[in-house]
Amino acid sequence: MSELRTEELTINMGPQHPSTHGVLRLVLTLNGEIVTDVKPVLGYLHRCFEKHCEAMTYPQVVPYTDRMDYLNSMNNELAYVLAAEKLLGIQVPERVEYIRVIMCELQRIASHLVAIGTYGNDAGAFTPFLYCFMDREKVLELFEMVCGARLLYNYIWVGGLSHDITPEFVTKTKEFIKYFRPRIKQINNLLSYNKIFIERTAGIGVLPQDVAVNAGVSGPTLRGSGVKFDLRKDDKYSIYDRFDFDVCVGWGERGVVGDCWNRYIVRAYEMEQSLRIIEQAIDNIPEGDVQSAVPKRVKPVVGESYVRTESPKGELAYYIISDGSLNPYRIKARSPSFCNLSVINQISRGHMIADVVMILGSFDIVLGCIDR
Amino acid sequence: MEITDIYNKLKKVFGDGIGELKTDVPVSPFFFADRSKINAVALFLRDEESLQFDNLSCLSGVDYDKDNLAVVYHLFSYALGHSLIVKCLIPKSDPKIQTVSDVWAAADWHEREAFDLVGMVFEGHPDLRRILLPDDWEGHPLRKDYKVPEFYNGMKVPY
Repeated sequence: MSELRTEELTINMGPQHPSTHGVLRLVLTLNGEIVTDVKPVLGYLHRCFEKHCEAMTYPQVVPYTDRMDYLNSMNNELAYVLAAEKLLGIQVPERVEYIRVIMCELQRIASHLVAIGTYGNDAGAFTPFLYCFMDREKVLELFEMVCGARLLYNYIWVGGLSHDITPEFVTKTKEFIKYFRPRIKQINNLLSYNKIFIERTAGIGVLPQDVAVNAGVSGPTLRGSGVKFDLRKDDKYSIYDRFDFDVCVGWGERGVVGDCWNRYIVRAYEMEQSLRIIEQAIDNIPEGDVQSAVPKRVKPVVGESYVRTESPKGELAYYIISDGSLNPYRIKARSPSFCNLSVINQISRGHMIADVVMILGSFDIVLGCIDR
Repeated sequence: MEITDIYNKLKKVFGDGIGELKTDVPVSPFFFADRSKINAVALFLRDEESLQFDNLSCLSGVDYDKDNLAVVYHLFSYALGHSLIVKCLIPKSDPKIQTVSDVWAAADWHEREAFDLVGMVFEGHPDLRRILLPDDWEGHPLRKDYKVPEFYNGMKVPY
């Protein structure tokens, strides 16, 4: 029998493909069904946010940061504002700190719900997706109550907040905590421990610890590989040192440490921890004026600051260089999804095309954050 | 480990390759490293037992001043929990610098981004292409003297 003629096949996954979570193109090289090479092509959503910022004043940059990772605007704002405040040497009132933490943790829950819902959707489980979005809606309603916006808030300002919270918000948040705790269990029953879901994700795309650290992977993706590191605990920015919560890591309950399932389950358990933080914070908000430390004119000294924060996607950092004028000289956003995505080639090789979809989903990328 | 200890250690090994430690800046102290020695410095920072900078948190390309570009390395050590800022100056007339992507894989895409937006060339980088802008884009937008083009591929840019 004459030998079969085989050759490698190159196909594009994306840019318009539901499982790439936005406009991302993956150039896959295939040997039959097996993926031999993945080349991500970025930039479809690039707006050169960093260049725009150079023409803005410091407070005007905040809405731009909203649009970076648009599922996670509160955390984006916080990271930028902390960097700007460090440069200015502003100490914000206690009340502001508490409200910021509550907002960021609520946002973390909303962001993880999208991550979990869409990840289930990638695996063919459509129902959990609807459940997650129903719950996310409740969080968005809380935000709407506070600042009128549901997605892009411009809420956290340099030195303060745009609006104070109302007593109604406090009651509604407490109701939400009570409502949401059993729902996490429900999501776990529906999706996390579903046999088909486990078979699709366990043992797929194993990311070893040393590779993860070397490649700058962070957040739930890093913790899924068993690295117990959370900037909220280890860097103690804002007032996170006052709250008692656990850092969730993948421990290989199903599959092996570092695979897709472990990366996923970290998010499911982190929502519970966020609830714990909100619970501790919501009863202890001190009185005060949330705008008392907002500077009339933001004009920092010549210098630079670099602040790292734990966003739901990972380590979100802002590097601001000031030349002493009203506009920032240079702003660099270190986006977590950008670094997390860069390991995809390494861990996808040798898997099926369908597995690449699961691996990509397990990073929980947002293209607005990658392309900036 | 304190920054002065780290600095002294590096100074002892690399001598003139390491510039003066600047502690009088408002926020974090940093020092300059020679752009032709940065790869060796990076390797030393990663592998030396008492330093262990296993993570490159961020790599930023900056249009530093009138004559120079700069690359800023924000390093962190998961093992020991300390961090460090190293900068490299690159003259605009000859914008070349050694890559560190073989030391930290995280530098790969960050260097491509710095090349794309600021326009320094990382020598030894395995795949130095534009990453965020289209391949046929001209110029490097984060340079301070960059002019927004009126046309892109014959199409008028509307603003």
